[in-house]
Amino acid sequence: MMTGAAAIAAGGAGSARQPRNAALPAVIFAIFALMPAFAALTAQHYLVDTGTRIIVYAVAAVALDLLVGYGGLISFGQAAFIGLGAYAVGILSAAGIGDALVSLPVAIAVSMAFAWITGVVCIRTKGVYFIMITLAFGQMVYFLATSLAPYGGDNGLTIDARNTIAGWPVLKNDTAFYYFAFLCLLATYLLCRALIASRFGRVLRGTKENATRMAAIGFTVQRFQLIAYVIAGGIGGVSGFLLANSTEFVAPAYMAWQQSGELIVMVILGGVGTLDGAIVGSAVYLLAEEWLSGLTENWQVIFGPFLVLVVLFARGGLIGFCARLRLRHG
Amino acid sequence: MGEPVLRIKGLCKSFGSLLVNDDVTLDVMPGEMLAVIGPNGAGKTTLINQISGLLPPDAGTIMFDGADVTALPPQARALRGLARSFQITSILPGFSVLENVALAVQARSGSSLRFFGRADREARLNPPALAALEQAGIADRAHLPAGELSHGEKRALELAIALAMQPALLLLDEPMAGIGREETERQIELLLRLKGKLTMVLVEHDMSAVFALADRISVLIRGRVLRTGLPADVRADPQVVTAYLGEQME
Ligand SMILES: Nc1ncnc2c1ncn2[C@@H]1O[C@H](COP(=O)(O)OP(=O)(O)OP(=O)(O)O)[C@@H](O)[C@H]1O
Ligand SMILES: [Mg+2]
Repeated sequence: MMTGAAAIAAGGAGSARQPRNAALPAVIFAIFALMPAFAALTAQHYLVDTGTRIIVYAVAAVALDLLVGYGGLISFGQAAFIGLGAYAVGILSAAGIGDALVSLPVAIAVSMAFAWITGVVCIRTKGVYFIMITLAFGQMVYFLATSLAPYGGDNGLTIDARNTIAGWPVLKNDTAFYYFAFLCLLATYLLCRALIASRFGRVLRGTKENATRMAAIGFTVQRFQLIAYVIAGGIGGVSGFLLANSTEFVAPAYMAWQQSGELIVMVILGGVGTLDGAIVGSAVYLLAEEWLSGLTENWQVIFGPFLVLVVLFARGGLIGFCARLRLRHG
Repeated sequence: MGEPVLRIKGLCKSFGSLLVNDDVTLDVMPGEMLAVIGPNGAGKTTLINQISGLLPPDAGTIMFDGADVTALPPQARALRGLARSFQITSILPGFSVLENVALAVQARSGSSLRFFGRADREARLNPPALAALEQAGIADRAHLPAGELSHGEKRALELAIALAMQPALLLLDEPMAGIGREETERQIELLLRLKGKLTMVLVEHDMSAVFALADRISVLIRGRVLRTGLPADVRADPQVVTAYLGEQME
């Protein structure tokens, strides 16, 4: 496990080494932008639902890649922030507050606060211990949610209606909701891109490469790691806000450790340390799940070996694999 | 000459039952270059690690620039002007050579809690970094990934990073280790140019470098300071010759 963790953190670029394909994000976001039109033309309305699901998880996965791919922090608790954001929406809604102008900031604030409090402890550990302690805090929130009897306990709670935006019930429309989620993903992506290139991001990337050197030139490494953890947590809260609203339902299962594991798989599958990879990974993972689970109940039996193949033979994930193919063929 | 820049008193450090630094006491005066020499395993790197804050001493105090820094973490000492190079090259291999140095400039040029704007295009950071690279003689390598430099160039980069910190005290742990004769000569020339302008502690096995550069020499044997003095006196000390210099000068 130790070597596995080291390999994940060492993978990906996070720095100048790997040339980035500038056209790729444009292509990705263009596909997402045109998807509802395609669904309408071909009368495949379920595609909008699938696309929404992909976008919701991609938001959390991009934030996770900020930690894993650029900070070398392999968090196994990212789903906890999705859960916190989702429960913020659910609990506020049960209290009669159903406007996004309140619930979105609350979802973000709760997630960031939890990230701050637990991050102070997590950041003190390294490697496998960091993985374990983020997992432990995630499970803590999970069990807390299952014990919330007034809010459905194990069974979760249903939300009466999607959030309004300043009283405007626009998100009721699935296509409108899709584009709202799309804008959240775009904002997340642009924010993370800017962070990575900024002074802050350069220090964060430096701590991933060589923390001792960064301390020796005057940086308090843990401060930068903690801030990254809090930012990623806040974005996880956004993902939770979207998830709760898209399904109109909140349950502890949103933050089960398997969810955190799936997010890590998405990031690795697409390519660590690229941001683009987190989006591609979410899409491929969720599409494969949908397709394979239609073929057989035990779809993981097929998907598991596929993942192993990607990890073994496609270093840099699907994005790295495609980049190498392109290099080879001109 | 005024107050010492660095004042180490009674420093002790053990790893398990192995006593690696035993009551080490040293002063380094402003502008001086003090060389610390001694056999492999004498505890030189351990001493440097304690001065720079990577290792906590078991006992003793470290005064830097008039203040007790014994309990300060490495980053706090770095910001006070204590820079070091590492015996085992410690750079950011995936960053460009220029960015390795620009980060050192960034650490002491305004807040790094800036989340927008591209750091690699900042006019405040790149020119000083380039100047340090020029001093170290590897400015032509500025845009190469640091991991692709030759070993000698990596040693030069270590020095450039330290210089970019505009240090009040520069700790050099074997800057000539494992590099060729020609590159060693160039490093010596560079350090000669810095001599007098910078206060330095030099750990080095290359005796031609030590005697060309040092104002004073401390000899560390099995963790203890055997002798501190002028190069000529140290060279003539029979105890030093038997313990260390004898084999080095052959
Ligand atoms: N972290 C550590 N844990 C245990 N022992 C250590 C540690 N660091 C160093 N030592 C031991 O302490 C002794 C002194 O090591 P140190 O690296 O300070 O020697 P040195 O004088 O720098 O030697 P060299 O000239 O080979 O660089 C050695 O015997 C070494 O094996
Ligand atoms: Mg040494």
